[in-house]
Amino acid sequence: MVDVANRQEKAAAVSETETAERRPLPSWMITLASIAVVLILWEIFGRRVNPVFGSYPSAIAQAFWELAVTGQLWSALYDSLRPFLLGYALAILIGVPLGLLIGGFHVAEAALGIYVTAGYAMPLVALVPLLILWLGLGFAVKVAVVFLMALFPICINTWLGVVAVPKTLIEVGKSFVAPDIVILRRIVLPATLPYIMAGIRLAVGRAVVAMVIAEFFTTISGLGAVIINSANNFDTATMFVPIIVLMLMAVGLNWLIGFVERTVAPWQAEIAGRDRE
Amino acid sequence: MGEVTFLEVSKRFSLHVDGEVHHVQALDRVSFTVNDGEIVALIGPSGCGKTTALRVVMGLDPSTGGRVTVDGREVNGCGYDRGMVFQHAELLPWLSALQNVMFGLEMKGVRGAPLRETAEKYLHLVGLKDSQNRRPHQLSGGMKQRVGIARALAIDPKVLLMDEPFGALDAQTRETLQAELLDIHARTGKTILFVTHDLDEAVLIADRIVVMKNGRVQEIMNVPLKRPRPDLALVRGTPEFAETRYKVWRAIHDGAALH
Repeated sequence: MVDVANRQEKAAAVSETETAERRPLPSWMITLASIAVVLILWEIFGRRVNPVFGSYPSAIAQAFWELAVTGQLWSALYDSLRPFLLGYALAILIGVPLGLLIGGFHVAEAALGIYVTAGYAMPLVALVPLLILWLGLGFAVKVAVVFLMALFPICINTWLGVVAVPKTLIEVGKSFVAPDIVILRRIVLPATLPYIMAGIRLAVGRAVVAMVIAEFFTTISGLGAVIINSANNFDTATMFVPIIVLMLMAVGLNWLIGFVERTVAPWQAEIAGRDRE
Repeated sequence: MGEVTFLEVSKRFSLHVDGEVHHVQALDRVSFTVNDGEIVALIGPSGCGKTTALRVVMGLDPSTGGRVTVDGREVNGCGYDRGMVFQHAELLPWLSALQNVMFGLEMKGVRGAPLRETAEKYLHLVGLKDSQNRRPHQLSGGMKQRVGIARALAIDPKVLLMDEPFGALDAQTRETLQAELLDIHARTGKTILFVTHDLDEAVLIADRIVVMKNGRVQEIMNVPLKRPRPDLALVRGTPEFAETRYKVWRAIHDGAALH
């Protein structure tokens, strides 16, 4: 009997190492391969199109090089990033506490919830002229547009996260006579953290869009100005440079947020079994 | 000391089902006493009000009539004289086992060196000294519930309240934990009130069994098994065990025949 069990155990061990060897490709490799395929196809088909109507990677790379060497790209990026980062940071600083408040207190939910739900669907572009009347054409209005676009997904996600906190975890706090504010800080906030981080991620894309909208509709500046100016000159390859820079920025920010999430809330990835990837 | 008294305790609540309001009498003039150092099991079919009774003692739900006292003091909200062990342990997933035990102590206002020392002492008591830095998802079901017990015991309550603490565990782990609970009881002398739907568990662990049915106390029975009960497998083989188990079974099923 013992012998049979031993043999089975050995067999199990062997098959385990075999599956370890047949590990699937790392996801970054698949992503890189996918990018390479898309770039090659784009290059092949893009070259056949009139350069006014389209462009292709090597032409865009050349335009990128020219913009980078003259320093135009970096000053535009700097002009764009300042209102972007400030508006985005303000959205986090206000959206998270607001979401906690609305999710945590029935009165706040009844009084403020409707504005947040409505605000999420607000056609912000239509409001830009009004914001210009209030805040002028400069830095402040750009911050406001980014802030308003990023605020709602962060706030709504935080709110949903609070509502999803298991009642029994709150009862654990109550059973140890924790005051409401301590329950909010020690139980509700950590339990909501994965939702907050998801909201902050969703807001990246919206904030990037908001930044470009602001640069188009207020003082034309930053990366938005590069897009408009090159489009007006029918220089399509140059027009693609800031668009690609913006997309790369969003991807980079997403990665950064994911890194922060794994640092401040490591248990979440561990529970989902994603920690060994 | 740690004496729990139920005096004509009633609990009524409303349920909204498809637009209709249903009134549920979860507890109907429930009266019984748990003496100091005693282990009492609350048993009955689901919906009989046993968990509600426990939640009322803990102060998580208010009663709508009568009163519950712990050592003569009326229960009004949660307090450190009662420690709750939840059905699924309910550990905070972002804290290690040790930090989970420390959580209750921190809430009680324990600070500095005694905080960690006390938490370690109780983790040791439940046999988890080596796993104290693991997070809940790195613990087995039985280990989680041990942490839950340590967390409740650490605040040194007069009464330990347990809501089907071993119900979600596999049979072997459950037996181990039942024996450990008796061992902890022998060492700490805590009053224990626990809810179960497991006949064997009630008879093995309790001194007295309160059988509930439809929010009422159906019958209160003494368990004629001596303490200590170091070997629960042996206890299972005794005629007293079989006889008591049958009596409790009858009490539960007689109640069913009436309705």
